[in-house]
Amino acid sequence: MKTLVVYLMAGAETPALAAAAARGGADIIEIGFPFSDPLADGPVIRRAAERALADGMRTAACLECVAETRKRVDVPIVPMTYASLLEAYGYERFALDAGAAGAASLIVADLPVDSHPEVRRIQLVAPTSTDERVSLAGERTDGWLYLVSLTGTTGARESLSTEAESLVRRARRLTGVPLFLGFGISTPDHAAAAARIADGVVVGSRAVETAAESPEALLEYVASLRGALDAASAG
Amino acid sequence: MTFDGWFGEYGGRFVPETLVPALDELATAWHEATDDPSFADELDVLGREYAGRPTPLTLAERFLPGKRVYLKREDLLHTGAHKLNNALGQAVLARRLGKARIVAETGAGQHGVAAATVCARFGLECVVYMGEEDMRRQRPNVERMGLLGAEVRPVDFGTRTLKEATSEAIRDWITHVRTTHYLIGSCVGPHPYPTIVRELQAVIGREAREQFLAAEGRLPEAVLACVGGGSNAIGLFAGFVDDSDVRLVGVEAAGAASLASGRPGVLHGARSSLLADADGQIEDAHSISAGLDYPGVGPEHALLRDSGRADYVTATDDEALAAFRRLAETEGIIPALEPSHALARVANLEAEIVLVGLSGRGDKDLDEVLARA
Repeated sequence: MKTLVVYLMAGAETPALAAAAARGGADIIEIGFPFSDPLADGPVIRRAAERALADGMRTAACLECVAETRKRVDVPIVPMTYASLLEAYGYERFALDAGAAGAASLIVADLPVDSHPEVRRIQLVAPTSTDERVSLAGERTDGWLYLVSLTGTTGARESLSTEAESLVRRARRLTGVPLFLGFGISTPDHAAAAARIADGVVVGSRAVETAAESPEALLEYVASLRGALDAASAG
Repeated sequence: MTFDGWFGEYGGRFVPETLVPALDELATAWHEATDDPSFADELDVLGREYAGRPTPLTLAERFLPGKRVYLKREDLLHTGAHKLNNALGQAVLARRLGKARIVAETGAGQHGVAAATVCARFGLECVVYMGEEDMRRQRPNVERMGLLGAEVRPVDFGTRTLKEATSEAIRDWITHVRTTHYLIGSCVGPHPYPTIVRELQAVIGREAREQFLAAEGRLPEAVLACVGGGSNAIGLFAGFVDDSDVRLVGVEAAGAASLASGRPGVLHGARSSLLADADGQIEDAHSISAGLDYPGVGPEHALLRDSGRADYVTATDDEALAAFRRLAETEGIIPALEPSHALARVANLEAEIVLVGLSGRGDKDLDEVLARA
């Protein structure tokens, strides 16, 4: 079984969308807590963050969104955000309150592995990461390692990055934790290609776009990824 | 490396993992360069033979009769602003790193012009991100960058000013990090940038201190400079920070007072004092001066504020405009709107012998100023 992680931006519709994603076969739901200046994100998630902020999705509302989503789905929920929110809220308090709302862990896109080790979180590594940093991220990560499949920001690409395979191979050698590939993965073909080398995939921008259409569209999209992943694991 | 990138509780590195190895590489290259006398020699020659260093120190006798106000004339530097000091140094550094592509952000366009200039001089590819609002109000600089062979990419979302331009430049760097050097324009950003930019701008303070001693036989009572990101101020202050009798005063735009009214937060890779709300969301800055229209500030300024070594005050758009006109009419010098904020605070300062950093010239601002006549 390959793990399918689906990213949604926090908002009023998120609990219903998360339920649709889970029915479609998502194993983990990431909930984006929007930040005004998201350096790791491409245009789709940046615009979604702008809309969410305009709708008043500040930290307290996002935590409430996690709690509401928790009531609707059984799969793990992982907030993904930026350090500025934790600076303002308090790092440990943020982690505690997210946990109390029902979050299983946390991802902070601009907090390198050597910063704030007291906040246990899912660590990210990139094709540019040194072996030493991949090892450290493997040691410190919370459950699985988020492999950034390309040098770039979030957003759909034509094909799975050629850098992904060598990063997976390197990470396998350096750590024993499950490896999930994200950034640039949007189609069932990408997901299948990623699943052949990694233990799971993360889809963000295309999920956010599909979620903007309807829960049904999201369910259908997630189901198509699920099918591709299952076929890849069976093959 | 003995310095870890923290200025007290400010600074650090808050960036996506993709950039961390490049920042380590940059820190190492910087360290090696500063240990290598040929790096300093190369910058010295470029400064004298290309940029026009040393820049003069001018006594502004008619600007404020009764006080002895000296201007450190970075407006007379090639390209018309202090930004070239940093751009030249980082271009030499980029060549040492083997990077042939430069990406930069710009607000007023002065840093963009400096980046485009050094890229033309060294044969490097140059991409400059600039907010659409700033492209409108600093049109001459957009045209200069084009003539110099740089590609100016408009940023059409969010504030359409320096904050978004900086974010887009960093996103470009994330995407092209292996081939590209990010030529940041101020003493902001993740470690080691605030240190690199301070050291490259410290030439302003070194020269000014020596010139001031030669002119007055003593040090100034106070040193003033405008602060947006804070690079000309940190460079000027660097010459006097160890002279405990010399007051250091940074002047922010009243609508962009990250130090006077900000709170700790994280923006563009560093923890500093920012205009942000209680949830850590960055707020919009407002200033007539595109170069000061930024909700963040270099982390070292936040430390200088907290330690009490420097004071940070503000000037309004109208006060800056009045000082702009007064300097033009009394001294025959048209300053940029940015240092006009520092000029605006000299009159009511309790000091008679004063040094002001005149960080740039005002040609780029004529449309903006004349529109408010």
